[in-house]
Amino acid sequence: MDSLLEQIERGTLWQFPGGVHPPQQKSLSNQQPTARLPLPDKLVLPLKQHIGANGQLLVKEGDKVLKGQPLTKPTANWSLPVHASTSGEITAIKPLPSAHPSALPELSIVIAPDGNDTWCELNPVSNLHELSHKTLIDILHNAGIAGMGGAGFPTYIKADSHQPIEFLIVNGVECEPYITADDLLMREHAKEIVQGIEVMQQLLKPQRILIGIEDNKPEAIAAMQQASTHNTKILVRPIPTKYPSGGEKQLIRVLTSKEVPSAGIPADIGVLVQNVGTLFAISEAIYKGKPLIERVVTVTGNTIGKPQNVWALIGTEIKHLLDCQGFTPVSEQRVVMGGPMMGFTLPTVRIPVVKTTNCILAPDNQELAEPGDEKACIRCSACADACPQTLLPQQLQWFAKSKDYDKLEAYNLFDCIECGACSYVCPSEIPLVQYYRVAKAEIREQKLDQIKAERAKERFEARKERLEREQQERQNKHKRSTSRAAKPDAEKAKVADALTRVKQKQGDKSAVQAAIERAKAKKAADGSLEPDNSEVALERARRKEQARQYKEQKHSEDTAVNENSNESSSKKDAVAAAIARAKAKKAAQQAEQQSEPPQHAQASDSDAPKAGDDPRKAAVAAAIARAKAKKATQQAEQQSEPPQHAQASDSGVPKADDDPRKAAVAAAIARAKAKKAAQQAEQQSEPPQHAQVSDSGVPKADDDPRKAAVAAAIARAKAKKAAQAEQQSEPPQHAQASDSGVPKTDDDPRKAAVAAAIARAKAKKAAQQAEQQSEPQTEPAPQSEDKSDSEPQTPEQKRQAAIKAAVAKAKAKKQAKEQEGNDPS
Amino acid sequence: MTLFYALIALGSLALVFGLILGFAAVKYRVESNPIVDQVDAILPQTQCGQCGYPGCRPYAEAIANGDEINKCPPGGEATVKKLADLMGVEPKPLAGGEQAEPVKTVAYIREDECIGCTKCIQACPVDAIVGATRQMHTVIDDECTGCDLCVEPCPVDCIDMLPVEQTKQTWKWQLDAIAVKQID
Repeated sequence: MDSLLEQIERGTLWQFPGGVHPPQQKSLSNQQPTARLPLPDKLVLPLKQHIGANGQLLVKEGDKVLKGQPLTKPTANWSLPVHASTSGEITAIKPLPSAHPSALPELSIVIAPDGNDTWCELNPVSNLHELSHKTLIDILHNAGIAGMGGAGFPTYIKADSHQPIEFLIVNGVECEPYITADDLLMREHAKEIVQGIEVMQQLLKPQRILIGIEDNKPEAIAAMQQASTHNTKILVRPIPTKYPSGGEKQLIRVLTSKEVPSAGIPADIGVLVQNVGTLFAISEAIYKGKPLIERVVTVTGNTIGKPQNVWALIGTEIKHLLDCQGFTPVSEQRVVMGGPMMGFTLPTVRIPVVKTTNCILAPDNQELAEPGDEKACIRCSACADACPQTLLPQQLQWFAKSKDYDKLEAYNLFDCIECGACSYVCPSEIPLVQYYRVAKAEIREQKLDQIKAERAKERFEARKERLEREQQERQNKHKRSTSRAAKPDAEKAKVADALTRVKQKQGDKSAVQAAIERAKAKKAADGSLEPDNSEVALERARRKEQARQYKEQKHSEDTAVNENSNESSSKKDAVAAAIARAKAKKAAQQAEQQSEPPQHAQASDSDAPKAGDDPRKAAVAAAIARAKAKKATQQAEQQSEPPQHAQASDSGVPKADDDPRKAAVAAAIARAKAKKAAQQAEQQSEPPQHAQVSDSGVPKADDDPRKAAVAAAIARAKAKKAAQAEQQSEPPQHAQASDSGVPKTDDDPRKAAVAAAIARAKAKKAAQQAEQQSEPQTEPAPQSEDKSDSEPQTPEQKRQAAIKAAVAKAKAKKQAKEQEGNDPS
Repeated sequence: MTLFYALIALGSLALVFGLILGFAAVKYRVESNPIVDQVDAILPQTQCGQCGYPGCRPYAEAIANGDEINKCPPGGEATVKKLADLMGVEPKPLAGGEQAEPVKTVAYIREDECIGCTKCIQACPVDAIVGATRQMHTVIDDECTGCDLCVEPCPVDCIDMLPVEQTKQTWKWQLDAIAVKQID
């Protein structure tokens, strides 16, 4: 027994089952050489002319384009570019009827030719053998070459086959009646086709190349044989004329006896099939640098005056082709794209020639009669005899009619190549193929739905899981924070350690400031972002952790504070400020590094907000508040200054709020914060007195040993602070100072109501302090820079302070109302 | 005596075969898919809640526990038929007189009118709406199941349910175009 290769070399041919012999009708169009058409008035280039994705548009309306210029850029997998078929102007880019039985609109580029037909710059290749595989594939890809036999499969994907290819089969069979495009191409351009074959040979390195041509094209066979004499690997094989021997699977069977597995591709059995038109396009792309912009189209049928093959630019309207060839329509004229067996009737002739258009058939009513009415199946089984895929068309028909899709799949509906042989032989004129096409579309749709349902289910479950997790996290947060509050001194020691390090660093002011800026910028950014995502949660957790550390630190130092409480000096005050800044730097380092917006430069130290009228600075308030709290803690622990001092330095913040716009923004933030805090509070329900823990009042409130739920408290405190902002625009430092003294029992849900009370108390206190200040100042650190700003109050302002207090009260009330109105809960 | 031997022989045979069968039953037991999973696989997974259950899975569980099979409007008659086959009950028309062939829709947000309230985002069972507070929202077409759940919460009524557009990929040959003539 000879090996397969030997048998093939000897010229053995095999047979495929079934098949029909419809009238050829080829001599109509294969008598004249291929003609060139005059330029049409317009060209319509659909973006998608192949199987796969659209390219990305490179041009816009009004652009001037040159012939061969790419109009789209391939992007995703399986996308191919389209090129301008001639030079001209792009007049429109819009959805237009497509070359599809449905003629559903497809995004298309309309070009008005300028008549010059100017080529763009072409890059032909002369040194084919030196080019890498990748370069060649890229050339094929960028030339927009798709299979021109009918399916329009991107050629670059086929040529880049990862499976070893034993046989490259060249399909010049052209088995369908009427069509002679490949016949004429082989006769006229055999040399170029062989060049294309050799490009594929270099890419795929097959053992043999088999050119299959039906024996009704002797001239084409002779031309191909002559052109390929130099290459011993190329074998031209005339095959018996039988429809559908040009089908990929049938041709493989005839030439190699191999059978493509169901749902497989030819490459699975080491075979690759290319149409002669595609190979010609490959040769043009490589050796002339021309993209695929034209193809041979057979224009034939009894209503065509001059039936022949023409070179048609891609995008030429069918109407132009017909008009040029002397079309005389009959009544109920049909124009078919493709052949009589597999083609489809065009709904309109205003449809462009695309890369896969091989024939325009305009038959009169005699030669291709309208199918008669469908009659009942007489179970003659002629269809089963004709089926080249050995399917059971009759069975499939029953299942298709009853929409029994499982059964259809079990009977291998998807192996049907829709050749139409069964419909051709059916004595009852049952449009079998139509039934199969509908059933296939239905099944495909159902499968897509199934996939979509699966994905929807996944997403639904993922969402459920996420919601549950978030719930869990919120619940855990409270538990965790309470348990951690009583953590041992390890953290304390860590903080102390860090503090000493920071002290050493305090000279390095500019770096520290930069860090603070960063921190503030980051906080500002955070403040403006409300969505409840993990990042914010993380940040919150970090803040909480820091606050807890400082709180503990403070607590440990508390006794020391009492001992040294009377020591205070302006020098120490300055040192404290520096330490605070350094601390902030540390915090910033802990946080993820983030490029800081330069406009926050002024926000660099505690009293900086004063300098800026920038409304965005209000957003920084949160960060400042934290920094203040930190600073206050440090001051207390290192210098054991009286708490008022911390407040004094704090008073820089309210200063900044003098700006009315800023106050308004702060109020808005306060609302947002309050909402957030309220959400937290809902789950955490921590003792309300912890509210004090955070603000300018930190130094005092910190005495509280229980530090649970600090984050929530901070958020609330911020809100509070913002609320104070307005009142404090008049008596800033005093209100602030009093703030720390006020018993803050406001729980978030009740916050709005309490805010008014606090404000009143504050105002009162401010008034008192103003009175006190009329006497000699007793405050320990008046020299601090921020303090000095708030100093101008002279004894005579006693009366003024009272007025201010009244104003503050009113404002506080207003603020409270506003908050109430905005409180989401 | 003969009777005795016969009984012993048959009895031992019965014992041997019984053991083999019992062993095989344990060893080669076929894990049958729990009915809930099978029902869930048939349901269209729009998670629309029109059946009265919060999602398709809960309805699948309810069907497994004997609930009616005709409460799924997005699935249409086809789903009812499949469920009837699976559950071994008679198919019945959809509850509430829904159409047999539901039109597939996707949500579309008129973006000019969207105020960014995030209410639709919270309502979407499959997270197919993207957007942020006070930012315009939009629907990811491919992920939208057309469940209508986002339409109601929208305070400015800027969400439309649009029928899914037909493309060349979803287009079907019109069989109606083929005249079917009854021969008398």
